[in-house]
Amino acid sequence: MSVLTPLDRPNSYIGRSVPRPNAKRLLAGRGRYVTDITLPRMLHVAYVRSPYAHARIVSIDATTAREMPGVRLVATGEDLAKLCAPWIGTMDHFKGMKSPPQLPLPIDKVVWSGQAVVAVVADTRALAEDAAEAVYIEFDELPAVVDIDAARAPDAPVISPELGSNLCFHGKIDTGGVEDVFAGAAHVVEEEFHFGRHTAVTMEPRAIIADYDASEGQLTVHHATQTPYQFQDIYARHYGLPESRVRVIAPDIGGSFGMKLHMYHEDMAVVGLSMMLGRPVKYVADRIESFVSDIHARDHRVRARMAADAEGNILAMDVEDVTGIGAFSAYPRTSVVEGNQVYRLMGAPYTFRNYRADLQVVFQNKVQMSQYRAVGHPVACTVTERLVDMIADKTAQDVFDIRSRNLIPDDAYPCTSPTGYQFEALSHHACLAKLKAMMDYDRLRAEQAELRTKGIHRGIGIATFVEITNPGPAFYGVGGARISSQDGAIIKITPSGDVHCSISVTELGQGTETIIGQIVAEHLGVDSNRIKVMTGDTDTTPHGGATYACRGAGIGGETALQAAKKLKANVLAVAAAILQDEPEKLDIHSGWIVDVATAQQRIELSEIARIAYFRSDTLPPGTQAQLSVAHHYAPQGYPFAFTNGVQACHLELDVETGLVKILKLWVVEDCGRVINPLLVDEQIRGGVVQGLGAAFFEECVYGDSGQLTNGSLADYLVPMAVEMPDIEIGHVETPTLDTQLGAKGVGEAGTAAASAAALNAMNDAMKPFGRTVAQVPMTPARILKALGHI
Amino acid sequence: MKARAFNYVKASTVVEALKAFEDAQDDASYIAGGQSLVPTLALRLQAPQLLIDIAHIPVLRGVDLQGDWLRIGALTRHHEVLTDPLIRQHAPLYSEAAPHVAHPAIRNKGTLGGSISHADPASEFPAMTLALGAELEIASRDGVRRVPADDFFLDLFQTAIEPGELLVAIHVPVVRPGHRWAFHELARRRGDFALVGCGILAEFVDDVVKQVRIAFFSVGSTPLRARQAEEALIGKKLDQAVIAAAQAVVGDDLDPPEDEHTPPAMKRHLARVLLGRLLGEIARQGA
Ligand SMILES: Cc1cc2nc3c(=O)[nH]c(=O)nc-3n(C[C@H](O)[C@H](O)[C@H](O)COP(=O)(O)OP(=O)(O)OC[C@H]3O[C@@H](n4cnc5c(N)ncnc54)[C@H](O)[C@@H]3O)c2cc1C
Repeated sequence: MSVLTPLDRPNSYIGRSVPRPNAKRLLAGRGRYVTDITLPRMLHVAYVRSPYAHARIVSIDATTAREMPGVRLVATGEDLAKLCAPWIGTMDHFKGMKSPPQLPLPIDKVVWSGQAVVAVVADTRALAEDAAEAVYIEFDELPAVVDIDAARAPDAPVISPELGSNLCFHGKIDTGGVEDVFAGAAHVVEEEFHFGRHTAVTMEPRAIIADYDASEGQLTVHHATQTPYQFQDIYARHYGLPESRVRVIAPDIGGSFGMKLHMYHEDMAVVGLSMMLGRPVKYVADRIESFVSDIHARDHRVRARMAADAEGNILAMDVEDVTGIGAFSAYPRTSVVEGNQVYRLMGAPYTFRNYRADLQVVFQNKVQMSQYRAVGHPVACTVTERLVDMIADKTAQDVFDIRSRNLIPDDAYPCTSPTGYQFEALSHHACLAKLKAMMDYDRLRAEQAELRTKGIHRGIGIATFVEITNPGPAFYGVGGARISSQDGAIIKITPSGDVHCSISVTELGQGTETIIGQIVAEHLGVDSNRIKVMTGDTDTTPHGGATYACRGAGIGGETALQAAKKLKANVLAVAAAILQDEPEKLDIHSGWIVDVATAQQRIELSEIARIAYFRSDTLPPGTQAQLSVAHHYAPQGYPFAFTNGVQACHLELDVETGLVKILKLWVVEDCGRVINPLLVDEQIRGGVVQGLGAAFFEECVYGDSGQLTNGSLADYLVPMAVEMPDIEIGHVETPTLDTQLGAKGVGEAGTAAASAAALNAMNDAMKPFGRTVAQVPMTPARILKALGHI
Repeated sequence: MKARAFNYVKASTVVEALKAFEDAQDDASYIAGGQSLVPTLALRLQAPQLLIDIAHIPVLRGVDLQGDWLRIGALTRHHEVLTDPLIRQHAPLYSEAAPHVAHPAIRNKGTLGGSISHADPASEFPAMTLALGAELEIASRDGVRRVPADDFFLDLFQTAIEPGELLVAIHVPVVRPGHRWAFHELARRRGDFALVGCGILAEFVDDVVKQVRIAFFSVGSTPLRARQAEEALIGKKLDQAVIAAAQAVVGDDLDPPEDEHTPPAMKRHLARVLLGRLLGEIARQGA
């Protein structure tokens, strides 16, 4: 006998692995990315870039370039400054934060190597590049500030003298009592961690076409971005255009990961160039340009201590983080959010109450560092989880036992972290138990011991984490940033009973449109293949936050759910009028109006639509059918919906060469209601791969003079399929009660803890040699150094 | 980035190709598989006026056994090197190296002659050319000559091929009974240029090393013979002490450049480890 589950209800799409409706189109090569778009009279821009990390611009000579074939415009910083108001990447709730004003192109000074200085617009990109080679810029090189300590030295050159120093932000958290706890603790462990810079490396690079039509004063921007509304606001304000005359369209997007929501100088310049020329202008970053102009991520040095009592109960943490963000803070979200999350997420899964942290965010002559998938999480997680393992070593406990002892109990919610984060309900212990069973932990340990006797060195590492999702206005809005934390949806029924939903969350390849379709189908009561979801166009969708910080499912999904329910009520009202019944006695199943009591089909939805649209004369007088609804939803209740989970990494270290084989990765994760298991699992897998990239491969390496020395895919190593392990995923579901849907975010969970689990596994593998590492990426050179071979 | 504009001609004979190059007054480049050349064009590191496509010249193709020598046409694709039974039998170090050269898409286009002419010191095939003791057949307007591998790799990306000359074929002395060989490389990702790599071809008589050629790549400005390590093996049985003696001197054979990602000390260490493993494998082949 089969057991009925919630999935056996009619139209039960939530919880099912519904395939992505757009996958076939993309696989068939019918995707339409910005690069694919060609507009009539469109021109192309190439930028002349600075070879220096820090230099004065003495002169620019573009006489020859202007004469070259196909060249339509050569523009400098001064030209664009006449059109574009400068921007400053600060937010008010980061007290004392500073950042200099920025312009599309610099006027008198360059502050990182690779910064665009002159724009050359021509009939083709190749012609623009030909002419760009003929632009002569005289620079007067200045001493570059590269290192985070050098940046804070008393005699350091100040990159923006008007700010007085190279310090962007200095934050402190202190719950009090930390010194005393450390002084009296039975065990204190301490480590200095280094987290390299890395970058997003999206398959589709940044791409933008600005099309200014002077006859209407209309700016249309085709933009590979995850946040079209934010850019509509920015382009309107900085170029002095009415918002109604700025349309931003985000077509298919080939990966984003947070990289495509920051203001980039080249992109802002393209808008001005189009306004100057009255023609569409296209800019597509090539891979070399991506490395020197896309935001980089991380770049932290963390010194941290943890205190525990004799049994290994954690008592306190004391943390100092210094992070380098480039020459200014990114706009409009600021580059402090990363460090802020690092020092607020430390120790978050654990019960201890005494915490002290110091955060310094430092300017340097490098490209901007800002939000990228799992903002701050991997740093906080790695530091915490490594220190927990060190306490386990000190107290001779197993890595599972030390965590069981210290994790917040599953029945202790609601509660707050020492840094003030409010947790509604987490499931650390349930996840830990599930992970241990999934990975067959005891067998792995036995195998490890046996292999060690044969000179084979395997390591097992685990890492628990919390993730910030579903952010409310506390995230950006309260800081004065014009970034929405609410979303909006418009759902309409067509005359044949199909459903269109346009919604402000966006599709970047992660499956947002799929889950929105599932939610609408389930809550309206129609087959999902009759629903079309449209996203990414500021003219045709309601204003909203779009995609950042894991909010698409939790906030966008709840918006769609509430909108669908509203529309359903409207449909049932019309149906009741037609059937001369009461709306409460009716429901919709698979596109049919049915009796609630008997599930008997009464009238088809398409018939209701036909009557409403074409034969309204047959409706009872006074009936106005409302077959379209608009609905907004802003999160209320908890400021964030925290999720949690635990990961484990199993690896084999070649102790002679420092090369590593990652054998397996396990993740148990609790994102609340799982809407589409396949998409959730693939989000986690993709995130894990990016976390393993940070752990072993990816790093933007700078030379002493501030040059990026590995800015190509030949030298910058991304994780590839052969090196990636199988990733097994399990779930615990603790829905949030703040919404009807119950979903939290999941997009960053994989990235949050993979590098921490990997670092712990590496240290476990090295244990017989009494050696340790505390730096990512764990390159062979660093491992060989740690092992004392070089 | 986009390449600068260039002209293109397709040559159907060696003479036609050589003449096209001469007519272009040296402002030309031959293109075979394009897997090294095209990236340099796209990055505008090179911008010749003329590309001369040599990929359709019949005499540059084919693999034939000619007595004690295997002739491999310069245009033999990496994929063919990987799968050709004659190469597997007579020049096996090429076959063993091939799976480590880039990825299938690149192996379908890239040519053995292109790899050897390009002479990237991190490339597998140039080093295996050295290990196999091959000879390179080079055509110029004055005729054809053969240069031994030991005299071929001159400096970073520099070979005995003069501007305008064409590499026509690679001639490999076939391996015989008594030969043993081994190849391995250490790379962070499969298909990447190696941190350090090595191929060894050794001739044994009664378990004693009579001759040996040890060729390293990614350890200097050209592929390098480890002459002192070779010296340490000649006339010896490959026991642990002999292997250790070779490992002790191999660091001096190499000339790794300063590189902050893989410092010279690391390359020397990895070369020692690799040499030990390969010699161990060769010793076991005799068991
Ligand atoms: C992503 C990627 C990864 C790679 N990884 C590796 C790797 O791991 N290991 C490795 O060894 N290589 C690697 N390569 C390089 C690859 O093997 C190239 O195919 C090879 O180096 C050049 O062969 P080709 O036929 O493509 O030469 P081309 O690119 O056509 O030419 C290269 C140079 O040689 C000259 N040339 C070509 N043929 C002749 C000839 N017959 N006579 C005279 N001159 C000639 C050309 O004029 C040019 O200067 C990689 C390439 C790519 C794109």
